[in-house]
Amino acid sequence: MDIKVDKVQNSIGQMCPMPIAFLAKTVRKMEVGQVLEVQADDDGAHADIPAWCEQTGNEFLGEENAGDFFRYFVKKTG
Amino acid sequence: MAENKATIVVFSGDMDKIFAAFSIATGAAAAGMDTTLFFTFWGIKAIQKGNLTGKGLMGKMLGLMNRGGLGRLGPSRFNFGGLGRWMFKKMMTEKGVTPLEELRQTLIDLDVHFLACKMSMDVMEIKREDLIDEVEDVVGVAKFVKEASDSAIQLFI
Repeated sequence: MDIKVDKVQNSIGQMCPMPIAFLAKTVRKMEVGQVLEVQADDDGAHADIPAWCEQTGNEFLGEENAGDFFRYFVKKTG
Repeated sequence: MAENKATIVVFSGDMDKIFAAFSIATGAAAAGMDTTLFFTFWGIKAIQKGNLTGKGLMGKMLGLMNRGGLGRLGPSRFNFGGLGRWMFKKMMTEKGVTPLEELRQTLIDLDVHFLACKMSMDVMEIKREDLIDEVEDVVGVAKFVKEASDSAIQLFI
């Protein structure tokens, strides 16, 4: 996926609800329009990260399989 | 009118149920909801510092048998006098589950409000100074009803 990333959050090894807790904290500190890449290996993240984006009004740009983990791309719009 | 708020009553002092309450509160707060945890009865253990409590003989006995602090919480099933707690903690650590202490700190970082029930504290002879400093207030049921009445999520755990 060809996405320009402004910040990377390493949530590998974290289990629910920590990837979402860190996601919220990280996005708070970012500027509107910036893109965050969340790296996570918790299977719950597939559903959780898009759901979080929908509820908070941020944009979910997609996910990418990186082998041992997934990359999730979130654009701060809310 | 339901606002972007979540109010959760934490009645249980069981480790597993506190886990559920803390996880849901984390999710709600992370989603930008104004989140309040109302600790009552056994749930107060989750916000106690862990020192011995009680004034009279019965209060002191209760304080000994029902000692507070996150590290002392046992699971609602299969505790076996503490063996179950040890086993659950070991299994959760191996799987990388966040410990309750860290989860509680996350709630504090996400500005979740901690309220304690005055009546339960009086009955169990638990003082304000037996609770962690982050507890915002010691309140009655009217405060809970007010918070819950305009919350989109209300839970009793």
